[in-house]
Amino acid sequence: MKYMLLINAPAEPAEDAPGCDFEDWQAYDKTVKEAGIFVTGHSLADLVTATTVRVDRDGQRTITTDGPFAETREVLGGYYVIDVPDLDSALDWAARCPGSRGGGSVVVRPIAAFED
Amino acid sequence: MEGRAATAVEAVFREERGRLLAALVRRFGDLDLAEEVTAEAIEAALVHWPVDGVPPKPGAWLMTTARRKAVDRLRRDQTYAARLAILQVEAERAAPAPPADSRSAGDLPDERLLLFFTCSHPALPAEDRIALSLRCLAGLTTPEVARAFLVPVATMAKRIVRGKKKIREARIPFRVPDAAELPERLAGVLQVIYSIFTEGYAASSGPDLQRLDLAEEAIRLARILRGLLPAEREVAGLLALMLLIHARRDARTGPDGRMVLLADQDRGRWDQAMIEEGLTLVHEALAGGPAGPYGVQAAIAALHDEAADLATTDWPQIVALYDVLLTLTPSPIVALNRAAAIAMRDGPQAGLALLDELADDPRLRGYHPLHAARADLLADLGRATEAAAAYRRALELAGTEPERAHLRRRLAVVESRPEL
Repeated sequence: MKYMLLINAPAEPAEDAPGCDFEDWQAYDKTVKEAGIFVTGHSLADLVTATTVRVDRDGQRTITTDGPFAETREVLGGYYVIDVPDLDSALDWAARCPGSRGGGSVVVRPIAAFED
Repeated sequence: MEGRAATAVEAVFREERGRLLAALVRRFGDLDLAEEVTAEAIEAALVHWPVDGVPPKPGAWLMTTARRKAVDRLRRDQTYAARLAILQVEAERAAPAPPADSRSAGDLPDERLLLFFTCSHPALPAEDRIALSLRCLAGLTTPEVARAFLVPVATMAKRIVRGKKKIREARIPFRVPDAAELPERLAGVLQVIYSIFTEGYAASSGPDLQRLDLAEEAIRLARILRGLLPAEREVAGLLALMLLIHARRDARTGPDGRMVLLADQDRGRWDQAMIEEGLTLVHEALAGGPAGPYGVQAAIAALHDEAADLATTDWPQIVALYDVLLTLTPSPIVALNRAAAIAMRDGPQAGLALLDELADDPRLRGYHPLHAARADLLADLGRATEAAAAYRRALELAGTEPERAHLRRRLAVVESRPEL
């Protein structure tokens, strides 16, 4: 079963949050890959680089705006897709992720499976 | 079959239902499928047993019937068909022959512990945990659960469907947590049972103060859990706590449904047999290591149940237990109860000073027992005007009619009394 771990960083990261250093991320990434559960994952560039696109109802006009939306308390900073047996296992990997510490959070979403 | 006989047989099945359901969930890993074939197997038993006689191994009969129906269903259902092989392989691998120990009651292995943990999984919304536990483990129907919580059947049905959908689609596993996770996950299971009890005991809304059926369901669930986890002292503690409170049920409301406070209860109407059972369990919950929060709360309830009246209650011991509870589960509500015990030990002035400190806590601002307790102490001190204001505030916040009626009576008393 595949789950996406959406890693949300606090908009204003804590100064000295233990367990979220660059080394912690490297170690976590290594563990995920060595465990054989890694499907894909990326970390996203800074929020100021984000752009939102919407197309209006008649499909005529494209509205392009800066950023996702204002006043976000948490910012999507990256994601993993992992393949594990069940939710408990996914939650365990989420709890081990440095992104779940220091005021950040990890949202666990199962990847939809469509019957064919 | 005659209607009454059918009802009696159905009552017997209620106990068997949870057991059968859990065994089928273990076998097929699918709660919906397990529920459907459990119902069908029981239906079949209701048709065949009165005619053919009860089989020598009723549990095995039900299990075989249900399993056959499940396999039929899986074969028929195209969407299920592909999964059948996988499920069977998984089930065979996950289900070694059940050990012939205390977990096997009757002729059906007891797998209900899996269901307890799945139904109260922290990934489910709190209200869904309660609904699923009552349905899957207490064997209540959806309309029964809905009635108990005073919500429309459609609302409750939606909750149950939502809970089952999350279990299925997010793949919440059917498993007993390992030793490292167990304390935290068990606390979650106990929380669900205690929420059912407290909802039954002090219904949060509606015309009746108590809804005994829910309190009894909670006790029933705790008894099942205790059978499954006899060494867990907090399970004993929770069961003790509920029994020691429930023992006072007949004295807690007057003949007109009026609420009777602990101070005014006719203690002769307390259920002594239930108190005895609770006391035995308290000793178990407190023996052999530091007590957990349910054990401590049960010990407090035990001191009340053992006292002849309010004046001779062991208040110093109760305050000491609240001190322990406050370190185990720091909460403003525990602090409030501790303040009330201190008022009994050291007088209303001492209690009031603590309550005034607590009144600043935003978490207690809308909590009517705080205002009612302040009002009582102010009244004891002869500060009638302030007492009346506090009773009025409590009245605005109280949820059930008997509680409001009680507060109105107290308000009337202080209003008729001149300021000292």
